[in-house]
Amino acid sequence: MTSYHLDHLQHLETEAIHIMREVAGEFERPALLFSGGKDSICLLRLAEKAFRPSDLPMPLLNVDTGHHFPELNEFRDRRAKQLGAKLIVRTVEDAITKGIATPAPGEISRNKLQIPTLLAAIEEFRFDCCIGGARRDEEKARAKERFFSFRDSFGQWDPKNQRPEIWNLYNGRLNTGENMRVFPLSNWTEMDVWEYIQREKLEVPNIYFSHKRRAVRRAGQWLPVSDILPPKPNEEVRELVVRVRTIGDIISTGLVESPATTVSDIIAEIAAARVTERGSRADDKASEAAMEDRKKAGYF
Amino acid sequence: MSSLSTTRAPHVPVDILRFNTCGSVDDGKSTLIGRLLYDSKSLMEDQIEALERSADITGGGQINLANLTDGLRAEREQGITIDVAYRYFATPRRKFIIADTPGHVQYTRNMVTGASSANLSIILVDARAGVIEQSRRHTAIAALLRIPHLVVAVNKMDLVGWSEARFLEIRAQFEEFLPRLDIKDVKFIPMSALNGDNVVDPSPHTPWYVGPTLLGHLETVHIASDWNLNGFRLPVQWVNRPNNPTDHALHDFRGFSGQIAGGIVRTGQKVIAFPAGIVTTVKQIWTYDGVVAEAFCPQSVTLVLEHDIDISRGSMLVGLEHLPGSHSDLQAEVCWMHPRALQPGKKYYLKHTTHTVQVAVLEILNKLNLATLESETGASELAMNDIGEIRLRTAKPIVFDGYATNRLTGSFILIEQGTNATVAAGMLLPPREIVKPENGDYVI
Repeated sequence: MTSYHLDHLQHLETEAIHIMREVAGEFERPALLFSGGKDSICLLRLAEKAFRPSDLPMPLLNVDTGHHFPELNEFRDRRAKQLGAKLIVRTVEDAITKGIATPAPGEISRNKLQIPTLLAAIEEFRFDCCIGGARRDEEKARAKERFFSFRDSFGQWDPKNQRPEIWNLYNGRLNTGENMRVFPLSNWTEMDVWEYIQREKLEVPNIYFSHKRRAVRRAGQWLPVSDILPPKPNEEVRELVVRVRTIGDIISTGLVESPATTVSDIIAEIAAARVTERGSRADDKASEAAMEDRKKAGYF
Repeated sequence: MSSLSTTRAPHVPVDILRFNTCGSVDDGKSTLIGRLLYDSKSLMEDQIEALERSADITGGGQINLANLTDGLRAEREQGITIDVAYRYFATPRRKFIIADTPGHVQYTRNMVTGASSANLSIILVDARAGVIEQSRRHTAIAALLRIPHLVVAVNKMDLVGWSEARFLEIRAQFEEFLPRLDIKDVKFIPMSALNGDNVVDPSPHTPWYVGPTLLGHLETVHIASDWNLNGFRLPVQWVNRPNNPTDHALHDFRGFSGQIAGGIVRTGQKVIAFPAGIVTTVKQIWTYDGVVAEAFCPQSVTLVLEHDIDISRGSMLVGLEHLPGSHSDLQAEVCWMHPRALQPGKKYYLKHTTHTVQVAVLEILNKLNLATLESETGASELAMNDIGEIRLRTAKPIVFDGYATNRLTGSFILIEQGTNATVAAGMLLPPREIVKPENGDYVI
């Protein structure tokens, strides 16, 4: 090596590894949130880069809404096994049974119910820190997020009262019951994530690639037809060649018509894209401040 | 509309420029960022749609580019920016990270936060108002943080009739106090963020201005030398011990993981392990992608050493050239960031690199008057947003460099005991003496 220069992905990578190791150094009982989605796939590779040849010094945690794409859960389990990592899954279904989470009357979405389920898992395992794959470029409220996001004993985020983050010095000190959410991918964009997946030759769930699927037209989006989301009479149903750009629950994830079959195709598609990644997520469209409200309540 | 595929070429190795914007409330900061994103085709249709929707509600039908950055509902309602917001865009030449820092009362704290990791600061000036106290403050803070590059964006030039004389006048106002600050690279650009003149596209109104547009400058300013490559420093973050009983190769593996905070390290090189002060040799530079012969700042690596020395999180490995200091009596410039003022005598935690120690603030030596840029003695406390020089004593010595030499090994934060609030950002003055070798051993 004669040129002491890092390109943008190498910069983002070393920043994220530094943050991962700060977590391992400063917290007693951290966990890494792994859904099997593209962002958390990058997180896992960064954890390998931070901690190998040792085992990952933290378990993987996933909150299963019961509305996940089956392909995603299959991938999640397989990847955790490959890495020899401990995977903890807590389900919204179970949280409802136990009375931890209560669905709003008539509401089908499990999105908000992830919050009490996650907070209960944090309490159960006494996690003091959860690493997540959220990125600031995803959404307005996330643009204000810190790398180390302090949450009070109710799991709440207070945007007006965040700890200032200066240089690369993160303050991880907590009192009992408080915890930290840490976002090593804060400075990554959707494009960076895919370029990293390409560079690292990372496997991703096949639903990110073009496939045939029955879809129903609802509120300007194509949603996947499933047992949980049967088409209503009069609704337009088509078999389309689609992929997912961002993965939420199967009832709220808009499908993108796309011929992309490789990571390079996806990168080319994003480069030419005219809408943002979260433009296809119905959960963010609830109101202009939808994410802000969920984050304040303890969401990621 | 031109295609984005031409403005964002994948696979091209680019670097990252981090910059922050500062100005007072009505200087048009959010508008400038909105303009940069809009004109560089970094906005997506749904974002433009959202802008148009909010234009109908709040903007009287006119698109308000500021709505792009004023993210939280609380901010939109009050028309202010609460905190530092980060924005991302890319051109074929570079990827950009913008820290948008508000100009209202908490500006010093927010600006220090947004600017601490910046390569470049943009100081916005309203051409009608010229240099005001805020402009001097922002420039002084940028200088204090040693941000390598500065851009003075003389905005709202349309409102002064695109007068070259006015532009030169403002430039002269800056040049009156710039020599007192240690800033090497300053660029003045006349513009109108609202109309897009000289932001991304050159303006037809400024034939007298021959310099680059703002984006042109951001794309080309030289930042490769912004990292310190003199004097190897590795603050140990985490001890890597697989303790694998079945794998022989891993059974005895003991590595020290961290991000290189300065200089270059090579296999076979001698390093000193602090605080033990013992010299050893780098046996292996381990990375997930394989063993490498050398590594440099700011790469993250794991070092395997020749000798079995007591090293843990908070230890520092340093090269034999450009030695650091090691003291418990420290002198530093601090920016106070908390509503509870700094009082001499109080104890805090000090986090420096990966090391957290207890510290007592002994004395406030002086306080910077941000209006006159003079240091004034006799301050009894430092309140929120004050900047001053203090003396501290740590419970154990820390291994450090002056902030002017190395931003990563010369900076610290203070944490209040009990609440755990981050209350100050500190910049260490150079050590009075460096560590000295004694009989091949090092005494600290």
